[in-house]
Amino acid sequence: MIKVHREICAYCGCCVSVCPDGALELVDAYLDIDMNACKDCGICVRVCPLGALEAKK
Amino acid sequence: MKREYDVLVVGGGPAGAFAAKTFAEKGYTVLLTEKRPAIGAPVRCAEGVGKTLMHEFLKPEDSWVAAEIEKANIIAPDGFTMELEPEKAGSEVGYVLNRKVFDRDLVWMAAGAGADVQVKTRAVSPIMEKGEVKGAILNQGGSTYEIRAGLTIAADGVESKFSRWCGVDTTVPFREIETCAQYLMTGIDIDPNATDFFVGNLIAPGGYVWIFPKGDKIANVGVGIGGDRSKPGNRPVDYLNRFVAKNFPNGKTIELIAGGVSVCQPLSCTVANNLMIVGDAARVSDPLTGGGIYAALYTGQLAGDVGSKALENGDTSSHALMPYDSTWRSSYLGKALERNYQIKEVFIKMNDEDLNAIIHSVSKMNLTDFNTLNLIKSIISANPKIAIKLGKAGLKSFIDSF
Ligand SMILES: Cc1cc2nc3c(=O)[nH]c(=O)nc-3n(C[C@H](O)[C@H](O)[C@H](O)COP(=O)(O)OP(=O)(O)OC[C@H]3O[C@@H](n4cnc5c(N)ncnc54)[C@H](O)[C@@H]3O)c2cc1C
Ligand code: SF4
Ligand code: SF4
Repeated sequence: MIKVHREICAYCGCCVSVCPDGALELVDAYLDIDMNACKDCGICVRVCPLGALEAKK
Repeated sequence: MKREYDVLVVGGGPAGAFAAKTFAEKGYTVLLTEKRPAIGAPVRCAEGVGKTLMHEFLKPEDSWVAAEIEKANIIAPDGFTMELEPEKAGSEVGYVLNRKVFDRDLVWMAAGAGADVQVKTRAVSPIMEKGEVKGAILNQGGSTYEIRAGLTIAADGVESKFSRWCGVDTTVPFREIETCAQYLMTGIDIDPNATDFFVGNLIAPGGYVWIFPKGDKIANVGVGIGGDRSKPGNRPVDYLNRFVAKNFPNGKTIELIAGGVSVCQPLSCTVANNLMIVGDAARVSDPLTGGGIYAALYTGQLAGDVGSKALENGDTSSHALMPYDSTWRSSYLGKALERNYQIKEVFIKMNDEDLNAIIHSVSKMNLTDFNTLNLIKSIISANPKIAIKLGKAGLKSFIDSF
Protein backbone atom coordinates (compact mmCIF):
# COMPACT_ATOMS: atom_id res chain seq x y z
CA MET A 1 0.00 0.00 0.00
CA ILE A 2 1.26 3.45 -0.88
CA LYS A 3 0.80 6.36 1.48
CA VAL A 4 1.21 10.03 0.48
CA HIS A 5 2.63 12.36 3.09
CA ARG A 6 0.69 15.41 2.03
CA GLU A 7 2.74 17.71 4.21
CA ILE A 8 5.79 16.76 2.11
CA CYS A 9 4.24 16.43 -1.36
CA ALA A 10 4.56 19.49 -3.61
CA TYR A 11 2.08 18.07 -6.18
CA CYS A 12 4.54 18.02 -9.04
CA GLY A 13 3.28 14.96 -10.92
CA CYS A 14 6.68 13.29 -11.29
CA CYS A 15 5.39 10.07 -9.70
CA VAL A 16 2.29 10.05 -11.91
CA SER A 17 4.39 9.90 -15.07
CA VAL A 18 6.23 6.72 -14.05
CA CYS A 19 3.41 4.65 -12.59
CA PRO A 20 3.03 1.73 -15.00
CA ASP A 21 -0.54 1.08 -13.88
CA GLY A 22 -1.97 4.57 -14.03
CA ALA A 23 -2.80 4.31 -10.34
CA LEU A 24 -1.77 7.84 -9.43
CA GLU A 25 -3.47 11.04 -10.34
CA LEU A 26 -2.67 14.61 -9.57
CA VAL A 27 -5.98 16.26 -8.80
CA ASP A 28 -5.03 19.92 -8.68
CA ALA A 29 -3.09 20.26 -5.41
CA TYR A 30 -3.29 16.74 -4.09
CA LEU A 31 -2.29 13.31 -5.21
CA ASP A 32 -4.89 10.60 -5.48
CA ILE A 33 -4.04 6.88 -5.35
CA ASP A 34 -6.27 4.22 -6.81
CA MET A 35 -5.53 1.36 -4.43
CA ASN A 36 -7.25 -1.12 -6.72
CA ALA A 37 -4.99 -0.28 -9.64
CA CYS A 38 -1.75 -0.05 -7.62
CA LYS A 39 0.49 -3.12 -7.86
CA ASP A 40 2.85 -2.03 -5.10
CA CYS A 41 5.84 -1.92 -7.43
CA GLY A 42 7.39 0.94 -5.45
CA ILE A 43 8.59 2.90 -8.48
CA CYS A 44 6.77 6.07 -7.44
CA VAL A 45 8.31 5.86 -3.96
CA ARG A 46 11.78 5.84 -5.49
CA VAL A 47 11.40 8.73 -7.91
CA CYS A 48 9.60 11.25 -5.70
CA PRO A 49 12.04 14.19 -5.47
CA LEU A 50 10.93 15.03 -1.94
CA GLY A 51 10.32 11.61 -0.42
CA ALA A 52 6.60 12.18 0.02
CA LEU A 53 5.57 8.60 -0.74
CA GLU A 54 5.88 5.61 1.52
CA ALA A 55 5.27 1.93 0.85
CA LYS A 56 3.30 0.47 3.78
CA LYS A 57 2.92 -3.19 4.50
CA MET B 1 -23.19 26.95 -21.41
CA LYS B 2 -21.58 25.73 -24.61
CA ARG B 3 -21.12 21.95 -24.63
CA GLU B 4 -19.82 21.44 -28.14
CA TYR B 5 -16.63 22.75 -29.68
CA ASP B 6 -14.52 22.14 -32.74
CA VAL B 7 -11.50 21.65 -30.50
CA LEU B 8 -11.03 20.74 -26.82
CA VAL B 9 -7.58 21.38 -25.35
CA VAL B 10 -6.75 19.57 -22.11
CA GLY B 11 -4.07 21.48 -20.18
CA GLY B 12 -3.16 25.16 -20.02
CA GLY B 13 0.66 25.02 -20.19
CA PRO B 14 2.59 26.49 -23.13
CA ALA B 15 1.70 23.56 -25.41
CA GLY B 16 -2.03 23.78 -24.74
CA ALA B 17 -2.10 27.56 -24.88
CA PHE B 18 -0.29 27.64 -28.22
CA ALA B 19 -2.50 24.95 -29.71
CA ALA B 20 -5.64 26.77 -28.52
CA LYS B 21 -4.37 30.08 -29.86
CA THR B 22 -3.56 28.59 -33.27
CA PHE B 23 -6.95 26.89 -33.69
CA ALA B 24 -8.81 29.99 -32.50
CA GLU B 25 -6.90 32.23 -34.91
CA LYS B 26 -8.04 29.99 -37.74
CA GLY B 27 -11.62 30.56 -36.70
CA TYR B 28 -12.41 27.29 -34.91
CA THR B 29 -14.33 27.18 -31.65
CA VAL B 30 -11.96 26.12 -28.88
CA LEU B 31 -12.25 25.29 -25.19
CA LEU B 32 -9.05 25.15 -23.15
CA THR B 33 -9.51 23.43 -19.83
CA GLU B 34 -6.96 23.60 -17.00
CA LYS B 35 -7.31 21.67 -13.77
CA ARG B 36 -5.31 24.04 -11.60
CA PRO B 37 -6.89 27.18 -10.17
CA ALA B 38 -4.17 29.42 -11.64
CA ILE B 39 -2.36 29.12 -14.95
CA GLY B 40 1.38 28.61 -14.50
CA ALA B 41 1.39 28.05 -10.75
CA PRO B 42 3.01 26.26 -9.06
CA VAL B 43 5.92 26.57 -11.47
CA ARG B 44 7.61 23.33 -12.52
CA CYS B 45 10.53 24.73 -14.43
CA ALA B 46 13.98 26.31 -14.28
CA GLU B 47 12.64 28.77 -16.85
CA GLY B 48 15.59 28.87 -19.24
CA VAL B 49 14.98 29.14 -22.97
CA GLY B 50 17.24 29.81 -25.96
CA LYS B 51 16.83 33.24 -27.53
CA THR B 52 16.75 32.12 -31.16
CA LEU B 53 14.30 29.34 -30.38
CA MET B 54 12.02 31.69 -28.51
CA HIS B 55 12.13 34.31 -31.27
CA GLU B 56 10.80 31.72 -33.69
CA PHE B 57 7.44 32.14 -31.97
CA LEU B 58 7.32 35.24 -29.84
CA LYS B 59 8.76 38.65 -29.27
CA PRO B 60 9.60 38.51 -25.59
CA GLU B 61 7.78 40.94 -23.31
CA ASP B 62 9.71 42.65 -20.54
CA SER B 63 7.34 41.18 -17.97
CA TRP B 64 8.29 37.61 -18.93
CA VAL B 65 12.02 38.03 -18.99
CA ALA B 66 13.66 37.81 -15.60
CA ALA B 67 17.20 37.77 -16.96
CA GLU B 68 19.13 37.78 -20.22
CA ILE B 69 21.88 35.20 -20.39
CA GLU B 70 25.15 35.94 -22.15
CA LYS B 71 27.21 32.90 -21.30
CA ALA B 72 27.08 29.46 -19.78
CA ASN B 73 29.59 27.82 -17.45
CA ILE B 74 30.00 24.09 -17.23
CA ILE B 75 31.67 23.04 -14.00
CA ALA B 76 33.45 19.68 -13.98
CA PRO B 77 33.50 17.41 -10.92
CA ASP B 78 37.07 18.56 -10.18
CA GLY B 79 35.91 22.17 -10.07
CA PHE B 80 37.34 23.17 -13.45
CA THR B 81 35.06 25.66 -15.21
CA MET B 82 34.57 25.68 -18.93
CA GLU B 83 33.09 28.92 -20.19
CA LEU B 84 30.84 28.85 -23.20
CA GLU B 85 30.78 32.28 -24.74
CA PRO B 86 27.92 33.22 -27.06
CA GLU B 87 29.42 31.82 -30.27
CA LYS B 88 30.18 28.55 -28.53
CA ALA B 89 27.08 28.28 -26.42
CA GLY B 90 24.78 28.51 -29.43
CA SER B 91 21.15 28.54 -28.49
CA GLU B 92 21.92 28.11 -24.81
CA VAL B 93 22.34 31.86 -24.75
CA GLY B 94 18.93 32.98 -23.84
CA TYR B 95 16.40 34.14 -21.36
CA VAL B 96 15.38 33.07 -17.93
CA LEU B 97 11.64 33.61 -17.91
CA ASN B 98 9.02 34.31 -15.31
CA ARG B 99 6.89 31.30 -16.20
CA LYS B 100 4.02 32.41 -13.99
CA VAL B 101 3.67 35.52 -16.13
CA PHE B 102 4.67 33.86 -19.40
CA ASP B 103 2.23 30.93 -19.15
CA ARG B 104 -0.60 33.24 -18.18
CA ASP B 105 0.10 35.58 -21.09
CA LEU B 106 0.06 32.67 -23.52
CA VAL B 107 -3.38 31.65 -22.28
CA TRP B 108 -4.48 35.26 -22.54
CA MET B 109 -3.34 35.25 -26.15
CA ALA B 110 -5.44 32.15 -26.77
CA ALA B 111 -8.41 33.80 -25.10
CA GLY B 112 -7.76 36.98 -27.10
CA ALA B 113 -7.87 34.93 -30.27
CA GLY B 114 -11.31 33.67 -29.28
CA ALA B 115 -10.73 30.48 -27.27
CA ASP B 116 -12.89 29.84 -24.22
CA VAL B 117 -10.90 29.07 -21.07
CA GLN B 118 -11.82 27.28 -17.87
CA VAL B 119 -9.65 26.85 -14.81
CA LYS B 120 -10.01 24.43 -11.92
CA THR B 121 -11.73 22.19 -14.41
CA ARG B 122 -10.19 18.77 -14.85
CA ALA B 123 -10.68 16.34 -17.69
CA VAL B 124 -11.58 13.13 -15.85
CA SER B 125 -12.04 10.86 -18.85
CA PRO B 126 -12.36 10.97 -22.60
CA ILE B 127 -15.69 10.38 -24.31
CA MET B 128 -14.95 7.24 -26.35
CA GLU B 129 -17.32 6.08 -29.06
CA LYS B 130 -16.42 3.16 -31.34
CA GLY B 131 -12.80 3.49 -30.27
CA GLU B 132 -12.67 7.17 -31.16
CA VAL B 133 -12.22 10.20 -28.95
CA LYS B 134 -15.24 12.51 -29.06
CA GLY B 135 -14.30 15.01 -26.36
CA ALA B 136 -14.06 14.64 -22.61
CA ILE B 137 -15.91 14.54 -19.37
CA LEU B 138 -14.88 17.50 -17.26
CA ASN B 139 -15.17 18.03 -13.54
CA GLN B 140 -15.68 21.62 -12.52
CA GLY B 141 -16.22 22.46 -8.88
CA GLY B 142 -17.42 18.95 -8.14
CA SER B 143 -19.94 18.61 -10.94
CA THR B 144 -19.24 16.71 -14.11
CA TYR B 145 -20.43 17.33 -17.64
CA GLU B 146 -19.58 16.33 -21.19
CA ILE B 147 -17.80 18.53 -23.68
CA ARG B 148 -18.00 17.12 -27.19
CA ALA B 149 -15.35 18.09 -29.70
CA GLY B 150 -14.29 17.12 -33.21
CA LEU B 151 -10.67 17.16 -32.16
CA THR B 152 -9.15 16.80 -28.69
CA ILE B 153 -5.62 17.94 -27.84
CA ALA B 154 -3.84 16.25 -24.95
CA ALA B 155 -1.55 18.97 -23.58
CA ASP B 156 -1.60 17.67 -20.03
CA GLY B 157 2.09 17.83 -19.28
CA VAL B 158 4.45 15.39 -17.61
CA GLU B 159 1.66 13.84 -15.51
CA SER B 160 -0.40 13.21 -18.65
CA LYS B 161 -3.20 10.73 -18.11
CA PHE B 162 -5.56 11.72 -20.88
CA SER B 163 -3.78 9.85 -23.68
CA ARG B 164 -3.46 6.79 -21.45
CA TRP B 165 -7.22 6.82 -20.95
CA CYS B 166 -7.53 6.92 -24.74
CA GLY B 167 -5.35 3.82 -25.00
CA VAL B 168 -1.87 5.29 -25.58
CA ASP B 169 0.76 4.10 -23.11
CA THR B 170 2.54 7.20 -21.83
CA THR B 171 4.44 5.63 -18.92
CA VAL B 172 7.93 7.07 -18.56
CA PRO B 173 10.46 4.31 -17.71
CA PHE B 174 11.61 5.19 -14.23
CA ARG B 175 15.29 5.37 -15.13
CA GLU B 176 14.25 7.91 -17.75
CA ILE B 177 12.54 10.39 -15.52
CA GLU B 178 14.80 13.17 -14.36
CA THR B 179 13.56 13.84 -10.85
CA CYS B 180 14.13 17.43 -9.76
CA ALA B 181 14.04 19.82 -6.85
CA GLN B 182 14.69 23.54 -7.09
CA TYR B 183 14.76 26.58 -4.85
CA LEU B 184 14.17 30.11 -5.98
CA MET B 185 16.84 31.81 -3.90
CA THR B 186 17.63 35.36 -3.06
CA GLY B 187 20.68 37.00 -1.47
CA ILE B 188 23.15 34.80 -3.32
CA ASP B 189 26.35 35.85 -5.02
CA ILE B 190 26.02 34.92 -8.67
CA ASP B 191 26.77 36.30 -12.12
CA PRO B 192 23.35 37.64 -13.16
CA ASN B 193 24.08 37.02 -16.85
CA ALA B 194 25.52 33.51 -16.76
CA THR B 195 23.94 30.11 -16.29
CA ASP B 196 25.96 27.50 -14.40
CA PHE B 197 25.74 23.75 -14.94
CA PHE B 198 27.55 21.51 -12.43
CA VAL B 199 28.04 17.87 -13.35
CA GLY B 200 29.33 14.98 -11.28
CA ASN B 201 28.17 11.79 -9.68
CA LEU B 202 28.55 13.14 -6.17
CA ILE B 203 26.41 16.21 -6.73
CA ALA B 204 23.88 15.05 -9.34
CA PRO B 205 24.16 11.44 -10.55
CA GLY B 206 22.69 11.09 -14.04
CA GLY B 207 21.84 14.77 -14.17
CA TYR B 208 23.18 18.16 -13.21
CA VAL B 209 22.87 21.08 -10.83
CA TRP B 210 21.80 24.37 -12.40
CA ILE B 211 21.94 27.99 -11.39
CA PHE B 212 19.70 30.08 -13.62
CA PRO B 213 19.78 33.76 -12.61
CA LYS B 214 16.56 35.75 -12.34
CA GLY B 215 18.12 39.08 -11.52
CA ASP B 216 20.68 40.50 -9.16
CA LYS B 217 21.42 37.95 -6.42
CA ILE B 218 18.34 35.91 -7.36
CA ALA B 219 18.35 32.55 -9.11
CA ASN B 220 16.68 29.22 -9.65
CA VAL B 221 19.04 26.77 -8.01
CA GLY B 222 18.07 23.21 -8.75
CA VAL B 223 19.14 19.65 -9.20
CA GLY B 224 17.90 16.85 -11.42
CA ILE B 225 19.03 13.24 -11.06
CA GLY B 226 18.15 10.03 -12.86
CA GLY B 227 15.05 8.36 -11.42
CA ASP B 228 16.98 5.16 -10.77
CA ARG B 229 19.56 7.07 -8.71
CA SER B 230 17.06 8.48 -6.26
CA LYS B 231 17.08 6.82 -2.82
CA PRO B 232 16.12 7.72 0.72
CA GLY B 233 18.68 10.27 1.93
CA ASN B 234 19.83 10.79 -1.65
CA ARG B 235 16.80 12.25 -3.29
CA PRO B 236 16.90 15.43 -5.39
CA VAL B 237 15.95 17.54 -2.39
CA ASP B 238 18.85 16.02 -0.38
CA TYR B 239 21.35 16.77 -3.16
CA LEU B 240 19.94 20.28 -3.42
CA ASN B 241 20.16 20.92 0.31
CA ARG B 242 23.79 19.78 0.35
CA PHE B 243 24.67 21.96 -2.65
CA VAL B 244 23.00 25.00 -1.16
CA ALA B 245 24.53 24.49 2.30
CA LYS B 246 27.96 24.38 0.71
CA ASN B 247 27.61 27.14 -1.87
CA PHE B 248 24.95 29.52 -0.60
CA PRO B 249 24.81 29.11 3.19
CA ASN B 250 23.40 32.63 3.61
CA GLY B 251 20.94 32.53 0.73
CA LYS B 252 17.23 32.64 1.41
CA THR B 253 14.78 30.31 -0.22
CA ILE B 254 11.55 31.94 -1.31
CA GLU B 255 10.05 29.09 -3.32
CA LEU B 256 10.31 25.30 -3.41
CA ILE B 257 9.77 23.62 -6.75
CA ALA B 258 9.59 19.89 -7.40
CA GLY B 259 9.11 18.18 -10.70
CA GLY B 260 9.90 15.48 -13.19
CA VAL B 261 11.16 15.80 -16.74
CA SER B 262 10.98 12.86 -19.09
CA VAL B 263 14.30 12.09 -20.78
CA CYS B 264 12.99 9.07 -22.68
CA GLN B 265 12.25 8.72 -26.39
CA PRO B 266 9.12 10.56 -27.55
CA LEU B 267 5.86 8.58 -27.75
CA SER B 268 6.02 6.23 -30.72
CA CYS B 269 2.89 7.85 -32.15
CA THR B 270 1.47 11.24 -31.16
CA VAL B 271 -1.91 11.04 -32.93
CA ALA B 272 -4.98 8.83 -32.78
CA ASN B 273 -8.46 9.21 -34.24
CA ASN B 274 -9.56 12.75 -33.26
CA LEU B 275 -6.64 13.09 -30.82
CA MET B 276 -3.30 14.91 -30.95
CA ILE B 277 -0.71 14.78 -28.17
CA VAL B 278 1.52 17.82 -27.65
CA GLY B 279 4.29 19.10 -25.36
CA ASP B 280 5.50 17.14 -22.34
CA ALA B 281 2.55 14.76 -22.71
CA ALA B 282 4.13 13.59 -25.99
CA ARG B 283 7.47 13.17 -24.15
CA VAL B 284 9.23 15.70 -26.35
CA SER B 285 11.31 17.44 -23.69
CA ASP B 286 15.03 17.37 -24.46
CA PRO B 287 16.60 14.19 -23.02
CA LEU B 288 19.94 15.90 -22.42
CA THR B 289 18.99 19.31 -21.06
CA GLY B 290 15.46 18.65 -19.83
CA GLY B 291 14.26 21.73 -21.70
CA GLY B 292 10.70 21.49 -22.96
CA ILE B 293 9.36 25.03 -23.41
CA TYR B 294 10.42 25.26 -27.04
CA ALA B 295 9.09 21.78 -27.81
CA ALA B 296 5.78 22.67 -26.17
CA LEU B 297 5.38 25.84 -28.25
CA TYR B 298 6.48 24.09 -31.43
CA THR B 299 4.25 21.04 -31.11
CA GLY B 300 1.32 23.13 -29.85
CA GLN B 301 1.44 25.40 -32.87
CA LEU B 302 2.05 22.57 -35.31
CA ALA B 303 -0.91 20.63 -33.93
CA GLY B 304 -2.99 23.76 -34.49
CA ASP B 305 -1.85 24.04 -38.10
CA VAL B 306 -2.24 20.39 -39.05
CA GLY B 307 -5.42 19.94 -36.98
CA SER B 308 -7.04 22.97 -38.63
CA LYS B 309 -6.47 21.51 -42.07
CA ALA B 310 -7.92 18.20 -40.95
CA LEU B 311 -11.02 19.96 -39.57
CA GLU B 312 -11.36 21.92 -42.77
CA ASN B 313 -11.32 18.69 -44.78
CA GLY B 314 -13.75 17.03 -42.38
CA ASP B 315 -11.34 14.18 -41.67
CA THR B 316 -9.66 14.00 -38.26
CA SER B 317 -8.72 10.34 -38.41
CA SER B 318 -5.27 9.34 -37.20
CA HIS B 319 -4.28 9.03 -40.85
CA ALA B 320 -5.31 12.62 -41.58
CA LEU B 321 -3.51 13.86 -38.45
CA MET B 322 -0.34 11.92 -39.17
CA PRO B 323 1.44 14.85 -40.88
CA TYR B 324 1.67 16.39 -37.40
CA ASP B 325 3.64 13.38 -36.15
CA SER B 326 5.89 13.07 -39.18
CA THR B 327 6.55 16.82 -39.42
CA TRP B 328 7.81 17.27 -35.87
CA ARG B 329 9.89 14.08 -36.09
CA SER B 330 11.74 15.31 -39.17
CA SER B 331 12.03 18.89 -37.90
CA TYR B 332 14.91 20.52 -36.07
CA LEU B 333 13.20 19.46 -32.85
CA GLY B 334 12.84 15.81 -33.81
CA LYS B 335 16.44 15.57 -34.90
CA ALA B 336 17.72 17.30 -31.78
CA LEU B 337 15.70 14.94 -29.59
CA GLU B 338 17.12 11.90 -31.36
CA ARG B 339 20.69 13.13 -31.17
CA ASN B 340 20.47 14.33 -27.58
CA TYR B 341 18.91 11.03 -26.54
CA GLN B 342 22.03 9.24 -27.77
CA ILE B 343 24.31 11.72 -26.03
CA LYS B 344 22.31 11.41 -22.83
CA GLU B 345 22.65 7.63 -22.88
CA VAL B 346 26.42 8.08 -22.92
CA PHE B 347 26.47 10.97 -20.46
CA ILE B 348 24.60 9.12 -17.71
CA LYS B 349 27.13 6.29 -17.78
CA MET B 350 30.16 8.51 -17.31
CA ASN B 351 32.11 8.49 -14.10
CA ASP B 352 33.68 11.66 -12.75
CA GLU B 353 37.01 10.89 -14.36
CA ASP B 354 35.35 10.72 -17.80
CA LEU B 355 33.48 13.94 -17.15
CA ASN B 356 36.63 15.76 -16.07
CA ALA B 357 38.51 14.50 -19.12
CA ILE B 358 35.79 15.55 -21.53
CA ILE B 359 35.28 19.01 -20.11
CA HIS B 360 39.02 19.67 -20.03
CA SER B 361 39.51 18.55 -23.61
CA VAL B 362 36.51 20.46 -24.96
CA SER B 363 37.64 23.65 -23.28
CA LYS B 364 40.94 23.43 -25.18
CA MET B 365 39.23 23.11 -28.53
CA ASN B 366 39.56 25.80 -31.10
CA LEU B 367 36.39 27.81 -31.66
CA THR B 368 36.45 27.39 -35.43
CA ASP B 369 36.37 23.61 -34.99
CA PHE B 370 33.29 23.80 -32.90
CA ASN B 371 30.78 21.69 -34.76
CA THR B 372 29.23 18.63 -33.22
CA LEU B 373 30.93 15.95 -35.26
CA ASN B 374 34.35 17.49 -34.69
CA LEU B 375 33.48 17.79 -31.06
CA ILE B 376 32.71 14.10 -30.80
CA LYS B 377 35.77 13.09 -32.79
CA SER B 378 38.04 15.18 -30.60
CA ILE B 379 36.46 13.91 -27.44
CA ILE B 380 36.96 10.36 -28.56
CA SER B 381 40.57 10.83 -29.67
CA ALA B 382 41.36 12.71 -26.47
CA ASN B 383 39.60 10.10 -24.33
CA PRO B 384 39.86 6.66 -25.91
CA LYS B 385 38.40 5.14 -22.75
CA ILE B 386 35.12 6.81 -23.51
CA ALA B 387 35.09 5.29 -26.97
CA ILE B 388 35.54 1.88 -25.36
CA LYS B 389 32.68 2.56 -23.00
CA LEU B 390 30.40 3.43 -25.86
CA GLY B 391 31.20 0.23 -27.70
CA LYS B 392 31.15 -0.05 -31.45
CA ALA B 393 27.41 0.00 -31.86
CA GLY B 394 27.02 2.91 -29.47
CA LEU B 395 29.71 4.82 -31.26
CA LYS B 396 28.09 4.29 -34.61
CA SER B 397 24.64 5.41 -33.54
CA PHE B 398 26.29 8.33 -31.78
CA ILE B 399 28.10 9.53 -34.87
CA ASP B 400 25.21 8.71 -37.20
CA SER B 401 22.97 10.89 -35.17
CA PHE B 402 24.84 14.05 -36.17
C1 LIG C 1 12.42 21.18 -12.42
C2 LIG C 1 12.16 21.43 -13.86
C3 LIG C 1 12.97 22.32 -14.56
C4 LIG C 1 12.74 22.58 -15.91
N1 LIG C 1 13.51 23.52 -16.52
C5 LIG C 1 13.27 23.84 -17.81
C6 LIG C 1 14.03 24.88 -18.45
O1 LIG C 1 14.88 25.53 -17.83
N2 LIG C 1 13.76 25.15 -19.74
C7 LIG C 1 12.80 24.47 -20.45
O2 LIG C 1 12.62 24.75 -21.64
N3 LIG C 1 12.06 23.52 -19.87
C8 LIG C 1 12.26 23.18 -18.56
N4 LIG C 1 11.50 22.22 -17.95
C9 LIG C 1 10.45 21.54 -18.75
C10 LIG C 1 9.24 22.45 -18.94
O3 LIG C 1 8.78 22.93 -17.71
C11 LIG C 1 8.13 21.67 -19.65
O4 LIG C 1 8.68 21.01 -20.77
C12 LIG C 1 6.97 22.55 -20.11
O5 LIG C 1 6.29 23.11 -19.04
C13 LIG C 1 6.02 21.70 -20.93
O6 LIG C 1 4.87 22.42 -21.27
P1 LIG C 1 3.48 21.67 -21.47
O7 LIG C 1 2.53 22.71 -21.88
O8 LIG C 1 3.68 20.49 -22.33
O9 LIG C 1 3.13 21.07 -20.04
P2 LIG C 1 2.85 21.82 -18.65
O10 LIG C 1 3.50 23.14 -18.61
O11 LIG C 1 3.19 20.84 -17.59
O12 LIG C 1 1.28 22.05 -18.68
C14 LIG C 1 0.37 20.99 -18.57
C15 LIG C 1 -0.88 21.51 -17.92
O13 LIG C 1 -1.92 20.55 -18.03
C16 LIG C 1 -2.68 20.56 -16.85
N5 LIG C 1 -3.40 19.28 -16.74
C17 LIG C 1 -2.87 18.05 -16.53
N6 LIG C 1 -3.83 17.11 -16.53
C18 LIG C 1 -5.01 17.76 -16.73
C19 LIG C 1 -6.37 17.32 -16.82
N7 LIG C 1 -6.70 16.02 -16.70
N8 LIG C 1 -7.33 18.25 -17.02
C20 LIG C 1 -6.99 19.58 -17.15
N9 LIG C 1 -5.73 20.04 -17.07
C21 LIG C 1 -4.73 19.15 -16.87
C22 LIG C 1 -1.63 20.77 -15.78
O14 LIG C 1 -2.21 21.27 -14.58
C23 LIG C 1 -0.70 21.78 -16.44
O15 LIG C 1 -1.04 23.10 -16.17
C24 LIG C 1 11.69 21.92 -16.59
C25 LIG C 1 10.89 21.01 -15.91
C26 LIG C 1 11.11 20.77 -14.56
C27 LIG C 1 10.23 19.81 -13.84
S1 SF4 D 1 6.48 12.94 -6.98
FE1 SF4 D 1 6.34 13.30 -4.78
S2 SF4 D 1 6.08 15.52 -4.57
FE2 SF4 D 1 5.63 15.01 -6.70
S3 SF4 D 1 3.39 14.66 -6.75
FE3 SF4 D 1 4.35 12.65 -6.44
S4 SF4 D 1 4.36 12.41 -4.20
FE4 SF4 D 1 4.03 14.59 -4.60
S1 SF4 E 1 3.58 1.49 -6.25
FE1 SF4 E 1 3.77 1.21 -8.50
S2 SF4 E 1 1.67 0.75 -9.17
FE2 SF4 E 1 1.50 1.60 -7.10
S3 SF4 E 1 1.14 3.78 -7.40
FE3 SF4 E 1 3.37 3.52 -7.17
S4 SF4 E 1 4.14 3.30 -9.23
FE4 SF4 E 1 1.93 2.96 -9.35
